[in-house]
Amino acid sequence: MTSKSLKSLVLYTGLIGGMLISMFPFYWLIVMSTRTTSEIYTFPPRLWFGSELWNNVSRVLQQIDFWGAFMNTLFVSGLVTVLVLFFDSLAGFAFAKFEFPGKKWLFVLLLATMMVPSQLSLVPSFVLMATFGWVGSFKALIIPGMVNAFGIFWIRQYATESIPNDLLDAGRIDGCNFFRLYWNVALPILRPAFAFLGAFTFIGVWNDYLWPLIVLTDARKYTLQIALSQLNGLYNTDYAMVIAGTLLAVIPLIVMFLFISRQFISDIAAGAVKD
Amino acid sequence: MWEHRALYVAISPFYILFAVFGLFPIAFSLYLAFHKWDGIGVMTYNGLNNFKYMLTDAEFWQAVGNTFMIWIYATIPMLFFALIIAFLLHAPFVKFRTLFRVGYFLPNVTSIVAVAIIFGALFANNYGFLNYLLQSVGLPVVEWLDAPWGIKVAISSMVVWRWTGYNAVIYLAGLQSIPQTLYEAAKIDGASGIQSFFRITIPMLRPVILFTVITSTIGGMQLFTEPQILVGNDGGTGAAGMTIVLYLYRESFINNYFGYGAAVGWGMFLIIALFSIVNWKLVQGKSS
Repeated sequence: MTSKSLKSLVLYTGLIGGMLISMFPFYWLIVMSTRTTSEIYTFPPRLWFGSELWNNVSRVLQQIDFWGAFMNTLFVSGLVTVLVLFFDSLAGFAFAKFEFPGKKWLFVLLLATMMVPSQLSLVPSFVLMATFGWVGSFKALIIPGMVNAFGIFWIRQYATESIPNDLLDAGRIDGCNFFRLYWNVALPILRPAFAFLGAFTFIGVWNDYLWPLIVLTDARKYTLQIALSQLNGLYNTDYAMVIAGTLLAVIPLIVMFLFISRQFISDIAAGAVKD
Repeated sequence: MWEHRALYVAISPFYILFAVFGLFPIAFSLYLAFHKWDGIGVMTYNGLNNFKYMLTDAEFWQAVGNTFMIWIYATIPMLFFALIIAFLLHAPFVKFRTLFRVGYFLPNVTSIVAVAIIFGALFANNYGFLNYLLQSVGLPVVEWLDAPWGIKVAISSMVVWRWTGYNAVIYLAGLQSIPQTLYEAAKIDGASGIQSFFRITIPMLRPVILFTVITSTIGGMQLFTEPQILVGNDGGTGAAGMTIVLYLYRESFINNYFGYGAAVGWGMFLIIALFSIVNWKLVQGKSS
């Protein structure tokens, strides 16, 4: 064997072995969701698919209002994503391409807010929601999250390099004001940057657990993660059902991720290296 | 000022929201930390008592210790594996690079709730997959979720599983941004592969390594969902899985000690800030 083919043997063995470990929990999640609870509790564990998938899924649908929670999550995640994309790109564009008094320290303030851990203000945020009467309402999930410093910072980095000044000047000569420039010039150019920011936001809201756990009090308003954690209370009685519910909640995200993965991953990498 | 009004309108949503939902809660939590409050009754001034109590509270310090142990168990293997994966993916003749990147990144997309449920099954004492593996190679089974160290290993492995691919993608981008001419110049000067690794690759990767160390520090100090789902609000056997944020959550929202919860939040903030600075100095300092 030549040294090059030995090298590639070692390399592919390592890469594929690592990926199998990375994918195994998904595989096992699917296997367990096709088994009965007593089969899951047997030792040695079953490593191949059973026939109980539909039974488990139908019990999930009976135990919790899965479709209600699914629609709640989709609604909240979708709306927050659209609002974040709009407000972050508007502000990011303004910071990237325009001069105005106080711009520098306003931007420094924005970056500073990213350093504060959110758990610090958990209790006061809850008190504030109670004062506004938003506890138990989607407002508590949507309004505080609809614009964020990270996205503004990220869009600004992207806009600075990608939007040509000549194009903005041409727009100004044609009499466009700031909002026309944003809508007609910046928005089409910024669109690729929306893939990462949009997916990042959507996945984050979809998977958010601690804050919805605190502010959602009405079962009809539960998001998927909270509805699932209610199933988890029945842990010992019907574990197969919990697993099946978990699988149902993960599938939409994986499908979405597979669609946009290439753009998403290269964007993440670019952002980290630039810093 | 007036001519810039459209620009101020464009950036104002962030500052308005930050003032209401960021600045106010932070100020309020500082105020709260000096008071005694159960969330319903009257708020009474408590001076430094919350902080004094925190300093002598064995449970708090146990939570701090647990958080650090879990952070070490998680971060060292995570960054080590990420670096190896990135090096393998960076090899010039590797094919299907995108496929591998997606495969390694996928765990990061999964919800923590799902991850905690799957890992609960992997580490289960009686029917778990890991004990099956141990037994099939003739080793004794381990009561993972009853042993203090076992709980920490289970929580750490969730972190490792979710974040190794993410960090590998970042390292890969860092490797790709190192100019090839540097290696060629080193080769002409007679440098070995190992020499150019330690003299070129590692120094050039330092900012990226710093980024991953700082993000994993902040993330690791704020660990909550993994232990909460895996072992519950009390941190499991001997509170071995009790992290700082889980403790903050329990004191505030289960026991309704809101004032004390706020003080714990500020204690956590100080710990994160100090620890981030120490990490920064350690990783950065070597280069100077």
